[in-house]
Amino acid sequence: MNSTVIGRKLTKAANLPQLLKRLIGAGQQVLAPVRQGERVSFMPATDFSAVDLDYVQSVCSAKEAVFPRHEMMMKFTLTGKDVDMKPVELTAKPTVLFGVHPCDAASFTTLRALFTWDSPDEYFETKLDHLTVIGLSCAMGDSYCFCTSLGSGPGDTRGSDILLTRLGGGQILVEVLTEKGRALVASMAELFTAANGQKKDDHLAKIARRFDGEKVKAQLPERFNQVDLWREQSMRCIGCGACAYVCPTCSCFDIQDERQRNSGERLRCWDSCGFRLFTLHASGHNPRTMQSERWRQRVMHKFSYQPQRLDVWGCVGCGRCSRGCPVDMNLGEHLQQLAEL
Amino acid sequence: MEQLQQMARELLERQQVQVIIGYEAGSEANRRRAVFVRRAEDVSRLIFDDACRQNLATYLLKPEVLVLGKIGMVVRRNTLRSLMQYAVENQLADERVIAIGIGEEGGPRLLPNFAAVEEYLAQLPRGPSAAEKAELKKMEQLVMEQRWAFWREEFDRCIKCYACRAACPLCYCNRCITEVNQPQWIPVASDALGNLEWNVIRAMHLAGRCIGCGSCADACPQGIRIDLLNGLLAREAQQQFAAEPGYGQRKDYALAVFKPDDKEEFIR
Repeated sequence: MNSTVIGRKLTKAANLPQLLKRLIGAGQQVLAPVRQGERVSFMPATDFSAVDLDYVQSVCSAKEAVFPRHEMMMKFTLTGKDVDMKPVELTAKPTVLFGVHPCDAASFTTLRALFTWDSPDEYFETKLDHLTVIGLSCAMGDSYCFCTSLGSGPGDTRGSDILLTRLGGGQILVEVLTEKGRALVASMAELFTAANGQKKDDHLAKIARRFDGEKVKAQLPERFNQVDLWREQSMRCIGCGACAYVCPTCSCFDIQDERQRNSGERLRCWDSCGFRLFTLHASGHNPRTMQSERWRQRVMHKFSYQPQRLDVWGCVGCGRCSRGCPVDMNLGEHLQQLAEL
Repeated sequence: MEQLQQMARELLERQQVQVIIGYEAGSEANRRRAVFVRRAEDVSRLIFDDACRQNLATYLLKPEVLVLGKIGMVVRRNTLRSLMQYAVENQLADERVIAIGIGEEGGPRLLPNFAAVEEYLAQLPRGPSAAEKAELKKMEQLVMEQRWAFWREEFDRCIKCYACRAACPLCYCNRCITEVNQPQWIPVASDALGNLEWNVIRAMHLAGRCIGCGSCADACPQGIRIDLLNGLLAREAQQQFAAEPGYGQRKDYALAVFKPDDKEEFIR
């Protein structure tokens, strides 16, 4: 899925350190892919030498920029029976997410669809408003990638403010997609030159289309009661939250109060539908007693409920859940199986 | 491998078990995954090699697996020790599982009950491997500040996804301490303190029980060396309480035993 391109420029790979420096100089926090051993993570970068743009995928997604793993919602103090609640000040560091792949960039539109669905989520929106996304088209993928099966692709522009595509020979195509992106490019205009018809398609990773996402979506409602199917798929699932926590679009959280004597904080922390506790009622009843029911929920939510209600996939096909799964659950493979039934 | 498959086929055909839990090829050349074979014609999916690392014992407490019937399980030495510890902690009935012992020490061989497992384990070398020992030694040689810095960096990456807990056969509490909130033992946030407390408390709960399979560290998407922490505690428990979990059925593991002549005053 693509956004309208409102400007096309060129820059050079050699300009990127300068670009990073200028962003930091302008007071932006820059989150960029940084390699530590085998793992790549999005971390605050102060120097371009730490940035690794030749990565397939980071372990964790970049969603923490707008949806941190834990976040204070308010503070409270108790005096006798009185509760005094103080909201936290809604501020966010101006942040540039530098070098995320199109799947991650797209995840921000998915998250926005959810967090603004009924009433706006100010905690989320404040951060998203302060976020600029500099996407980077994928030059390579791996067997876990399945963006193309969900109608997306390695050079998609959706969710990026500007998208960079390396054209070889140190040349980079810059597609400007939003006003934010236009302002950013204008603020350091000397780093860019006019583009003249360069095409990016030949410089993108080839991500094989493994299944027809639309078909999976159409069939899921009737698969809901195929108990054996879900049980077979999830027999080896051990019910941890790794898939949800590395996922760029998983957005469930739990609200918990952390109290010290007469004062405390209300926090929201990531949660996962894979946990048994997720649906455990205070009465002791659990509507999802089996892991197979939790697995089904995960698939239904991403590929049926969310597309139905918000008109957007609950998955971007980045493959992180499957790379990171301790027991090799492979979402792409499971969806492919569903499509081929 | 042929022998393993043959053994599995016979167990299924003679209806001695209803399912064989073993390993099959995974998503990538170097990945393996658990497989639940219920029909004799599917035994060709079973494989075994050094990449088959997951401790499958963790499935023995999973409701969906338990309803399948009697279980045959492809087990490495570490998994056998988990079975023994389950026996000690009353989590698994004798003869619930027919173990198919396999690993560097040979096999496959059928171990139909706890007594057979115990006897088999008694013949195997004990203690951490040379490589594990070297790593633990390196940790022990760090001065306190260096050790603190090491663990702070490790736990910094923790996202509290609890993959370590889910992968660990011995983390089977129905209500984990991290989910108890009256009182709140472990800070809920996945920050420096919350991560530290989660990992340290989990390690303490495994001291003298952990059999060192390393599944926790293998499971961690962030590559945190939880196995080292558990390894250090296992060594401590061994030195202080002669704890060698997972080798016998005697219910005297360090965390569950009270001795009137305990050397610590507070407990006497």
